[in-house]
Amino acid sequence: MAGKRRHILDLDDFSAEEITGVFSVAEAMREVMGRPVKKTPALRGKVVATLFYEPSTRTKVSFDLAAKMLSAEVLSLQPQTTSVAKGESLIDTAHTLEALGVDILILRHASSGAPYLAAQNTSLNIINAGDGWHAHPTQALLDLYTIWRHKGSLEGLKVTIVGDIKHSRVARSNIWGLTTMGAKVTLCCPYTLLPANLGNTGSLFPEVSLKPDIYSALEGADVVMTLRLQRERQAYGDLPSIREYTNLYQINDERLKLAKKDVVLLHPGPVNEDIELASACVYGPNSLIKEQVTNGVAVRMALLYLLSQGWHK
Amino acid sequence: MIGELLIKGGHIIDPSQELDQRADLLISEGRIIKLAQNLDVPGAGIIDAEGLIVSPGFIDLHSHLRTPGFEEKEDISSGTRSAAKGGFTTVLAMPNTEPPLDNLSTITLLMTLAEKEGVIRVLPVGCITRGRKGKEIVDMGELSQAGVVALSDDGSSVADASVMYQAMCYSLAFNLILIEHCEEPALAADGQVNEGIVATRLGLKGIPTEAEDIIVARDILLAQATGSRVHIAHVSTATSVNIIRKAKEKGIKVTAEATPHHLTMTEESLLGYDTLAKVKPPLRREEDRQALIQGVADGTIDVIATDHSPHTDAEKMVEFDKAPFGISGFETALPLLLGLVRDGYISLYQLIDMLTEKPARIIGKLNLGTLKTGSPAEVTLFDPEKEWLVSKNSLISKGKNTPLIGQMLKGKVMATIFGDEFAYLDESMRIEHA
Repeated sequence: MAGKRRHILDLDDFSAEEITGVFSVAEAMREVMGRPVKKTPALRGKVVATLFYEPSTRTKVSFDLAAKMLSAEVLSLQPQTTSVAKGESLIDTAHTLEALGVDILILRHASSGAPYLAAQNTSLNIINAGDGWHAHPTQALLDLYTIWRHKGSLEGLKVTIVGDIKHSRVARSNIWGLTTMGAKVTLCCPYTLLPANLGNTGSLFPEVSLKPDIYSALEGADVVMTLRLQRERQAYGDLPSIREYTNLYQINDERLKLAKKDVVLLHPGPVNEDIELASACVYGPNSLIKEQVTNGVAVRMALLYLLSQGWHK
Repeated sequence: MIGELLIKGGHIIDPSQELDQRADLLISEGRIIKLAQNLDVPGAGIIDAEGLIVSPGFIDLHSHLRTPGFEEKEDISSGTRSAAKGGFTTVLAMPNTEPPLDNLSTITLLMTLAEKEGVIRVLPVGCITRGRKGKEIVDMGELSQAGVVALSDDGSSVADASVMYQAMCYSLAFNLILIEHCEEPALAADGQVNEGIVATRLGLKGIPTEAEDIIVARDILLAQATGSRVHIAHVSTATSVNIIRKAKEKGIKVTAEATPHHLTMTEESLLGYDTLAKVKPPLRREEDRQALIQGVADGTIDVIATDHSPHTDAEKMVEFDKAPFGISGFETALPLLLGLVRDGYISLYQLIDMLTEKPARIIGKLNLGTLKTGSPAEVTLFDPEKEWLVSKNSLISKGKNTPLIGQMLKGKVMATIFGDEFAYLDESMRIEHA
């Protein structure tokens, strides 16, 4: 694909070559992170701002750290202490940051599509750090990178995603990325937590298979991704009870035995221990959960670097 | 003041008289005087209508003039001038105003403003229930005497079936038609776009087609039980079209409308999060659009209505889920609909019928939507071939909220006559005096 990439809004417009390109830059960034002085001057003189309308620990810290290791000036904005609290609109806030000389805006927002609004109305480079139920492209890229580091390739891998797919931006972005990279995706969840027209019940991602039964979903899996269950799902009527969800869908050591021996386990965090994931698994031999956090910094450094260099798709 | 005017050489289409022919039309002092071949009237002004279609002024059964209460979105002056530019001479104003049109004094206020500031006829629609809250029916007798032509809680359904049943029974005595916005509130709650592929892709809460179909079916059954007339607003789903078709076959008194946007656009317009295409009911799938067109072609859908819903730029320039629903529709209706004619789905005659005589019949105003001698001079002249660019500046409405901004459309209203005045006159049009 020709042209310059100005934003990272979703993975729906990423090619396999582009994703592989991110992996190789991330490898170089991991090397930087291993140095005694963890810094390179790649983004010196650039201003990177993080604007998070929703709470976040790991994504925000990960971006802050990534930008700092690249020597950027980092502005960390908290909407509750800025004019947003006075009712300033997203477009106004983005215009203000543009006027202040910000180059790259990292935006997290509860409304699906909010990063598009900023991208369409300013000249800023926008990185979507999670918007509503829609997309979380940097999380998916760090997940793909983590799998790639352990498996060497994503082509043909059986990846089972377990949990609340419907309300998960992490799941949506991973499905785009995994299918682009040639992995075979299986979704496992109660049908109330499955979005409309997805997988073999509809026509978006027809190659993705749906298996509401955890045992058949896990069989022969190379990768298991669990998603965080929002506890309020019961109140919304999507689940009869958290107890039943735990009984039917929790990943534990015994169920993990159905997967391949060398299965790797991922979770975007934070984990509801002993709900979607047994605590023994979180810290078990198959778990890459801690490494995901480390790789998150490397991937975000890679993305910031590529965007600031005038990224050719 | 127009005085005496001869509209010469136009192609007259008037379904109320089954006319579809080249003829001249003479109007004088706000009345239709004569329609004949080769008229020659010394002293009368002359409009050269060569190449133009001359039809009765259009009637829109569904619009939001936002007055009183939301004049920043639209007021009577901007709204009626916008409608006139779209070829409309009569519009029904929906009652979701502030205060809502559920009482005599607010309706009287609207009618006074319409008389004073309007350039065309505004007919008020009263609420079905007080405050549009769906609990207590309004004083229908009083509202009927004040001049409302229909009742609707548009913007919401009357959720409680027993309230709707009572409303239908009570309305019978006044021969008022109930216009229902069909949307089961629990199924549609917080929904942003049609439930389906686009909703999944964009990560937005969907509104399933069943939210509409359930209320369409319910209201048809209630209309059958009570003998009342019900008019289904802005039909958007294939199943609703089928339900309405079956009901009509059984002789149930149901009529229905479709909007130009539901007939010409699909949910694909939302990809990229265009809030200007965010509307209720939501733009649906291509198969729904095709079923709607079929319904229009076979008469299941009786009329076209714009559901003109103006909003300010500031209201639409926000995160998708915070933007209000609605498309500004008066001025782009005709060219969109002419596209259906050009594509061979319906004839031009059918289209004019759905914009003039049929809506007039639904509201029982048989002196409107016609060019019969003695009728009020309400005439629309349009050029079906003229192309124009939709831009914020080209729209008279305060609501610039249409996804068509930046597009070239084919078909333009050249003049709209309302009584003894031009409610709209394209700048290229000249009135000659012999």
